[in-house]
Amino acid sequence: MTTESTKPLSPPKRAARTAGTPRARPTGLPAWLVQRASALYLLVFLVSALVLLAMHPLHAYADWKTWVARPAVTLAMALFFIALLSHMWVGLRDVLLDYARPAGLQRLLLWMVAMGLCAGGVGMGWLLVLQHV
Amino acid sequence: MKKLASGHPAPRRPTRPVFLNLLHIKMPVGAITSILHRVTGVLLAVGVPLGMVLLWRSLASEAGFAQVTALLHHGAFRALVVAIVWALAHHLLAGVRHMLMDINVGSTLHTARRTAWGVNGAAAAVALLALWGLT
Repeated sequence: MTTESTKPLSPPKRAARTAGTPRARPTGLPAWLVQRASALYLLVFLVSALVLLAMHPLHAYADWKTWVARPAVTLAMALFFIALLSHMWVGLRDVLLDYARPAGLQRLLLWMVAMGLCAGGVGMGWLLVLQHV
Repeated sequence: MKKLASGHPAPRRPTRPVFLNLLHIKMPVGAITSILHRVTGVLLAVGVPLGMVLLWRSLASEAGFAQVTALLHHGAFRALVVAIVWALAHHLLAGVRHMLMDINVGSTLHTARRTAWGVNGAAAAVALLALWGLT
């Protein structure tokens, strides 16, 4: 190791890093954590839902309504949609950042995905609220 | 052509940009698993709005519930369901494999190759089971 050219690396400037980029949060470690945590919940939810519905199949509308309106099921579904939409955001954002060019189109698509996911969240939240009014 | 001391031709500097012919690249099995993880993720993302609409309709009214049930029994729709089951199985298994590697389980090359084959095969098997069960 020579020491002649070891100028200490300056940390990236915050302003330079975020200037001009869409607010595509979360990024970096938070995104990684959100992706993993939501993946684990989605896994547990899907497996439980499959097992429960296989054990007690719901063939009638009334049974289906009653089942969804059970507080534990509504809560589990609300968490499912939060996990699903966050997981989709991290994944679709990764795909768009990797492939969508030029930057303007990429930004537009990121916004469209973000809006679509928000709309889905509002819709599903409303659906779950409707089961209790 | 310039020759090295060993007698081999000297490697030529590639002229940039280099265009890779993806069809001529031999993919290691892990690459296929990884790419399919992404492809199935996008497929599932396309399926989610449809799932949301069906969920909404099934809870909206007795008639909507009957409509959704009838649709789920329709032949053409079942083909779509099989595709989504395959995508979900692959995405889920590849995701579990990835998370296990995050905690250093199965991350040696030999094991990683075997689990990649396992994921690709198991997802295909689940899809075949779904095809068999739904037709």
